[in-house]
Amino acid sequence: MRAGGPRLVGGTPRRWQRTMRLGVLLVIAGLIAGCAADAPQDALDPRGPSAQASHDLWNIVFPIAVVVFVLVQGLLLVAVWRFRKRRDDGDELPSQVHGNTRLEILWTLIPAVILAGIAVPTIDTIFDLAAEPDDALQVRVVAKQYWWEFEYLDDEGQGVITSGQLHIPTGRPVYLHLEALSASIPDPGGVGDKTGSVAQGVLHSFWVPRLAGKQDVVPGQTRNLTLEADEPGRYEGQCAEFCGLSHSRMRFQVIAEDPDEFTAWLDEQAQPVEPVDEDADPLVAEGEALFDTATCIQCHAIDGYESPVDGSTAELRIGPDLTHFASRDTLAGAFLENNRENLADWIRDPQDVKPGAQMPNLIEDGLLEEDEVEPLVEYLMSLE
Amino acid sequence: MASEPAAPTPQHETTLGLSNEKMGMWAMIGSECLFFGALIAAYLIYVNAFGDAPEINPSTIYDIPFTSVSTFILLMSSLGVVLALSGAQQGDDRRMRTWLLATALMGATFLSGQIYEFTVFMEEGMRMSTSPFTTSFYVLTGFHGVHVGVGVLMLLTLWGRSLAGKLERRKSEIVENVGLYWHFVDIVWIIIFTVVYLIPAE
Amino acid sequence: MAATAESDTSRNPFRRPKATTGFWSWLTTTDHKKIGILYFVTAFTFFIIAGLQALLIRVQLAGPDGQALNPDQYNQIFTMHGITMIFLALMPLSAGFFNFVMPLQIGARDVAFPRLNAFSYWVFLFGGIFIYSSIFLGGMPDGGWFNYAPLSSQVGPDPMAGTIVDAHVSRMLFYSIGLQIVGLGSLVSSVNFVVTILNMRAPGMTLMRMPVFTWMTLVTSFLMLFAMPIIGVALWQLMFDVRFGGNFFDPSAGGDPILWQHMFWLFGHPEVYILILPAFGLVSEVLPVFSRKPIFGYAALVFSGIAIGFLGFGVWAHHMFAVGMGPVANAAFALTTMFIAVPTGVKIFNWLGTVWGGKLTFPTPMLFALGLIGMFTIGGLSGVTHAVVPHNYQHTDTYYVVAHFHYVLFGGALFGLFAGMYYFFPKMTGRMLGEKLGKWHFWLILIGFNATFAPMHILGLQGMPRRVDTYPAGYGWEFWNAVETAGSFLIAVAVLIFVINVVISRRSGVVAGDDPWDARTVEWLTTSPPKPHNFDEIPQVTSRDELWNRKYTSDHGKPIRVPAGGSGEAAHEHEAHDIHMPDPSFFPLVAALGITIAGYGVFTGGIAMAAIFGLGLVVGLYGFFGWAFEPPSEDDH
Repeated sequence: MRAGGPRLVGGTPRRWQRTMRLGVLLVIAGLIAGCAADAPQDALDPRGPSAQASHDLWNIVFPIAVVVFVLVQGLLLVAVWRFRKRRDDGDELPSQVHGNTRLEILWTLIPAVILAGIAVPTIDTIFDLAAEPDDALQVRVVAKQYWWEFEYLDDEGQGVITSGQLHIPTGRPVYLHLEALSASIPDPGGVGDKTGSVAQGVLHSFWVPRLAGKQDVVPGQTRNLTLEADEPGRYEGQCAEFCGLSHSRMRFQVIAEDPDEFTAWLDEQAQPVEPVDEDADPLVAEGEALFDTATCIQCHAIDGYESPVDGSTAELRIGPDLTHFASRDTLAGAFLENNRENLADWIRDPQDVKPGAQMPNLIEDGLLEEDEVEPLVEYLMSLE
Repeated sequence: MASEPAAPTPQHETTLGLSNEKMGMWAMIGSECLFFGALIAAYLIYVNAFGDAPEINPSTIYDIPFTSVSTFILLMSSLGVVLALSGAQQGDDRRMRTWLLATALMGATFLSGQIYEFTVFMEEGMRMSTSPFTTSFYVLTGFHGVHVGVGVLMLLTLWGRSLAGKLERRKSEIVENVGLYWHFVDIVWIIIFTVVYLIPAE
Repeated sequence: MAATAESDTSRNPFRRPKATTGFWSWLTTTDHKKIGILYFVTAFTFFIIAGLQALLIRVQLAGPDGQALNPDQYNQIFTMHGITMIFLALMPLSAGFFNFVMPLQIGARDVAFPRLNAFSYWVFLFGGIFIYSSIFLGGMPDGGWFNYAPLSSQVGPDPMAGTIVDAHVSRMLFYSIGLQIVGLGSLVSSVNFVVTILNMRAPGMTLMRMPVFTWMTLVTSFLMLFAMPIIGVALWQLMFDVRFGGNFFDPSAGGDPILWQHMFWLFGHPEVYILILPAFGLVSEVLPVFSRKPIFGYAALVFSGIAIGFLGFGVWAHHMFAVGMGPVANAAFALTTMFIAVPTGVKIFNWLGTVWGGKLTFPTPMLFALGLIGMFTIGGLSGVTHAVVPHNYQHTDTYYVVAHFHYVLFGGALFGLFAGMYYFFPKMTGRMLGEKLGKWHFWLILIGFNATFAPMHILGLQGMPRRVDTYPAGYGWEFWNAVETAGSFLIAVAVLIFVINVVISRRSGVVAGDDPWDARTVEWLTTSPPKPHNFDEIPQVTSRDELWNRKYTSDHGKPIRVPAGGSGEAAHEHEAHDIHMPDPSFFPLVAALGITIAGYGVFTGGIAMAAIFGLGLVVGLYGFFGWAFEPPSEDDH
């Protein structure tokens, strides 16, 4: 046996204390630096009843965990310090204790009781969160690779469809019906279990940390989630279930507004687009025609669109509905700012911006010329 | 693996008095229970999932009289392996070989029946890709068939070894272990036959 | 019988290998100690590969909008990091200990089935190589180690139409077939260990006298025995879906993708205990030795291990709380998950009880064992928060979970394995593993580990999801990600120090002697390294701390040392010429090779498929038949 090995802690006790104090300060400073930063997806900063319910439980269980943590680590450090073999110790052996039944029972029962205590509010909250609220705004959420579509189901919504940004009124629960569909097949619409080819698609998870916990979205099945915001604001959300190449770029925002503002927004979104006046803005008019000739029309819907070329309408919803495209401030799965430059980049090479996206490269496919990008961008940006 | 060799300490009795090989076989069978349990569970989940082919379902596709006959043959083969073991234990090599061969043949007959059944199903348009029901049916019964095939191979090997006079050492135990496996495969088939063929789908 | 053996050998193109040293002896060995060392070397190589992948991940995530990897590369690397660490590093490192230590601890000459043991190793190695051969064949698996359907099971064009070129299909097949092969090794080795422990104990070694590590080996083996077939079925189902048009997980044909999750986690959660229990066992060996008192609450430790094993099969759906199983299922699994924390806590308190009142020394194995108590406690506590389902909705699939399971599998399993490596290195090699570098290794890895994984708790709660290849600036995630990347390089340095330490100590470490730690259990009774037959004379076991009781006796409750000579070491003089050990054999390797070859058949179609299957079958059957007809040793009679 090689001699004892050095002690766990070196140096004089005073030096050790100083190091400890410094360490604790560093940790606290770090925690402040970490938590105080602007974190728009902070789950510890709940802004709605669902997230608050989760957070309330955290506020019970986290202190308990801290107490147990301090207890165990404290006992460990005390044991290490107190029972270390000292230099002046002889060869005498410690007393050969084999166990203690009373202690065993104690440290089996106490944790069990604590856990039972945690279990009661936990189960209570599970059932609370699963219940459908009264008088909720009904919204259908469709997850595709890699973007979100939102469809307002109530009559007052007049069939408004948007993507990337979900507007909700404050102070009223929103009951979501979540479905996952293939990125390459038209959306058949309607809430309910899907069968056949329309059920293709992969798993996603809908998550707005400051408003509610996650809900996975499963192809072929419908899931529900209740969302409610206490205050107006912009709440960042993101897909939380691995869904392929651009999983990290599958974002969205929930925009909570006062009920009046929300209603106004909804009315505005329900309006179809007006045909472009060619004389007033020839560039936009060129883009309007390109929307048909460059085959955008085969995947994107624009309510009220009438092709200047052959009068065809834009109704297929494979990609996002573009009726009020310019009213949204994010783009391409809501991870880019919606401006002319980003939009032009996106149209030029979707795969470069968002790998794995279903949007084809129109220029490579010979459907769009480089100098046609600008009119197309101008047209889309006119869709307020 | 039927005749995994003796432990390196043949001079020692094993701790529990059971030979290592037999205990190993029991452990393996325990594991196989979970294997078939998972496959049967998957079948039960999908027994009514006919996808785009509702006409291909348990009540239209199974030929129960035919499968009953092949089931009967497989069950009888368990008797065969018992007789082979009794031959081995009494040192009657001829009887042992006869029943080993007979058991293997019964197993092979069952397998042929299964292959025939599969071809008939295929002709009726029931393919692996038709629906979750068909996928889980083929995978479940197919894996059982593979187990029967392995069993037949082991029985034939024992038969051949004995014929060549090379099956002497701890003969009856080797036959017993292969027999254990064979009984297990039979019992699994009883469950599969009941669950898949006899219990009617909704 | 002797004549039979001779004629067998003469017909055998591979002559019965005889060498006990040199390259060929490693390929043909059936000695559990050599196989154990093979496991260590191979698994540690995979550990380093997976560690390098982790560094790449950390480089990519060091700051926002990382450009080091593209999304495809990132997905492959995080997938392979998980698969490699779990299946090719941690599990086989544990298997290395099972192999090397367990037979010595129960006083056996070898495992029950020595050639099956070699076979386990070879399928593990070939399975690992098989999975990594995907680098050259269309890319590595990229669906995560959990590989959720239907992202994994989506099929392109008609799958029955000949050769597959679709990279996605190929990657998923490498996942399903590769893990199938590796899993086969775990399965047969579990049979081997169960039989060995139950059936090959030395006289007097009753179940309740077995060392805790052997107990944990037994529990782990049972877990593998019952969990591996479940993942086996899931992997077959995935293969049929991907390659042969099956519909198990295809929602568009009526299949349910959630079935994969249930199957995967029904295996996956016991798998967590398969990874952690061996480390618990190792720590339970180390702590009493360096506290110089017996393990505290032996029975409680053993029964809590068994309880964890049983309960481990009843908590799987806590990985799926956000899937939407309904409030009843979520509540039920919340309860079982909380319940399993109780036996885990019992273990921690018993370790504290072991240390308490002892006379502690702190060589490296002890440091790692104490490190495990501290770090695993953190992982256990964050585990309890997972059971709080409504909060689980918030933190599942975020870095909070990444932090949690790294505290369990790194701070728990790996720390325990390192403790075991320092502790048993003298028994394996006859030399001590250097203490000075060992201390550097421990402190660097402790600091690096906490710097890397502690901030992940914060990041997860601040909303950073897992498995993202980049993240934008402005979410408050920059600072801690940078800290984590720095910490990961500290870990890399620590591991490098360990490797250097092993290389140096192997050549010029302090010569250990039979019992360098003044240990308590019978593996320290034999020479270091042990002879091929382990013990000249099988020890008669009369108590739990057999070796200790041979060295120390009680005098009015005070233990005092027995004068030298009483420790049974005189038995070394005994000549061992009449002990038959199994001879080396080629056949386990050949059989494993056949299985691996056949695995490549699934990637092709038509004649190529038949040819590859056929070749694999011929090679495999040759191996299995040769093995079955070959006597365990040539002079066996």
